[in-house]
Amino acid sequence: MMEPASSLIRGGNPQGAGPCERFLLSPSAWGQLPAALQQEPDLALLGLWADAAQVHACFLHEPSNEAVLASTPAAGWNYAALSPARPGAVRFERMILELWGHHAEGAVDLRPWLDHGRWPLRHPLAAKPIPFAGEAPQPEFLPVEGEGIHQIPVGPIHAGVIEPGHFRFSVQGEVVVRLEQRLGYKHKGTLSLMLGTSPRTAVRYAARLSGDTTVAHSWAFSAAVEAALGVTPPPRALHLRALMLELERIHNHLNDWGFVCNDAAFAFPHARCGLLREGVLRAINAAFGHRLMMDRVLPGGVAPDIAPRGAEAILAALEAVEAEIPALMQIYEAHASLQDRVVTTGFLRPDLARAFAAGGHVGRASGRGFDARRLPQHLPYSILHFEVPVLEAGDVDARVRIRVSELSQSIALVRQVLDSLPSGELMAPLPVRGGEGLAMIEGFRGECLHWIKLDDSGLIRALFPRDPSWLQWPLLEAAIEDNIVADFPLCNKSFNCSYSGVDL
Amino acid sequence: MLWPKLARALFAKPLTDQAPLVPLETIQALGERLAATSRARLGRSLAIREVDSGSCNGCELEVNALQNVVYDMERFGLRFVASPKHADVLLVTGPACLNMREAVARALASTPEPRWVVAVGDCAVDGGVFKGSYAVENGIAALLPVDLLIPGCPPSPAQLLEGLLSLLEAEAAKK
Ligand code: SF4
Repeated sequence: MMEPASSLIRGGNPQGAGPCERFLLSPSAWGQLPAALQQEPDLALLGLWADAAQVHACFLHEPSNEAVLASTPAAGWNYAALSPARPGAVRFERMILELWGHHAEGAVDLRPWLDHGRWPLRHPLAAKPIPFAGEAPQPEFLPVEGEGIHQIPVGPIHAGVIEPGHFRFSVQGEVVVRLEQRLGYKHKGTLSLMLGTSPRTAVRYAARLSGDTTVAHSWAFSAAVEAALGVTPPPRALHLRALMLELERIHNHLNDWGFVCNDAAFAFPHARCGLLREGVLRAINAAFGHRLMMDRVLPGGVAPDIAPRGAEAILAALEAVEAEIPALMQIYEAHASLQDRVVTTGFLRPDLARAFAAGGHVGRASGRGFDARRLPQHLPYSILHFEVPVLEAGDVDARVRIRVSELSQSIALVRQVLDSLPSGELMAPLPVRGGEGLAMIEGFRGECLHWIKLDDSGLIRALFPRDPSWLQWPLLEAAIEDNIVADFPLCNKSFNCSYSGVDL
Repeated sequence: MLWPKLARALFAKPLTDQAPLVPLETIQALGERLAATSRARLGRSLAIREVDSGSCNGCELEVNALQNVVYDMERFGLRFVASPKHADVLLVTGPACLNMREAVARALASTPEPRWVVAVGDCAVDGGVFKGSYAVENGIAALLPVDLLIPGCPPSPAQLLEGLLSLLEAEAAKK
């Protein structure tokens, strides 16, 4: 059989999710999944999560860009781990054990991840959480053997104004032999706050999963709700969402391009990018009344409408950005001292990017071209023109170049959207009923994937928001290997993974 | 040719003027007031250590923007330092995640007195939207002696600048 895993999944019991189906597999069918996945490398694992009774996996059939969900009962017995077949499953399996208490049989790694032993309860999302009052255990790190190896612990509080997380470097001389991340410091219990509420209430948490990705996560959450309820937002709302999404991409790409240069002690591009970005943020504020566009995308549509002079302000700010990109790129390329720091640094092997199904600039700089904006029937992108740049070089430089190319594409997209902005309603009414939906929206880091299940009174019964960083963080560990410690900030910034987005 | 470039640079407006929506007078006034009060007490500058107790990263974006050339916080004598040991101010964002409790306590213990603790953003003020979760403390006051609240989700860079200034004024009045 050509596609053993796909046919195994589609042989399950369909559960009525939209727009891609979720199949419930018996524990024995699920048990065959790891072996079947080994034989079908084109079926990428995009996410793995749970609810109180079941474990759910989302796969993408890469050749056709079709997503499919698979589930299996997990309460009361151990489900078969997918990590032996898909390395990206490791951190999800650790999280599932901690949040829901479901144990993955045969897992590669089940050490604590989000739960540092400091919450008053264990398995907070299980049907019956267990009160906990014990000592917080010391974290365990993977052993590293070899002569002259020493460790450098960094964090959780870092030197710069950035999010907290712990990095454990094992170093031989100047060279990093292994980096191990320890995250979870920002765990806010977000899912527990969203469960049992209405989508209109819960969207404000989606907007705050990762503040830099507020538009993409709000849209993905809203689109999942709309898929569950069979609602289509009005055309004007979809256009405005795309406008905000591209503006979010632009301000983040500018920010990170500047920071990468700054981490190579090259302050000038950082200063210019900061200035251009501030111009964009102010235009956004003039257009939408919030510099980051939080709480603008809502289930059913958007609110409020773009301000009367908003389009003008946005176009002026983007003109300044567009005018300066060639000069900044010239400076970036012409300085050997800067190029020396970014070219060949932090190389991510294309086969690893594929194995982890890394999205966004991390994937696209290492040959994996997936972009959720290209998914079929994804309005308004299916009627807009844009290119998705892909490179193979896989180094810091390639990730920067992807972002700079995307800047130009996004600016062109903003113009197209504003040129063709339909008039009319901004919000479609949401019926009160049950349903289940999945959606993917391409944020600046990659696709934000949201799955949601509503009960008959329209309240959230189960959900999972999967930030793209889930599949990118582990690759940073691989990319830094054999680089010098001093290049870590550059590598890190070229990935710019979200801490809050994966700590939940 | 160098001359045309030099001429252009000479006649160009300063960068702080390029942003039409900046209340430049406010920022300048803030800078002057800051100079007047903080110089007396701290010799012209405040060293700030930013600590994220579990934010969504929205507050960090705006705190970082304080350093861009438009706000240029250094002209007011405000600067970020890498270690709490060098800091006069702890600028804390996030709802105080339980997983950050120990790190935040250590940051405070490492910050010499006199020092000020500023809670930045609705999360740091009272937990914000995350209030009531099993994993947070509902604001950083549970862990740190807070001197000043700068609410907002996130507060804008201009609000952050104003906030830092009002802290100085309040402290000066206490003397
Ligand atoms: S106050 Fe708002 S922007 Fe700041 S960390 Fe909290 S949710 Fe994010």
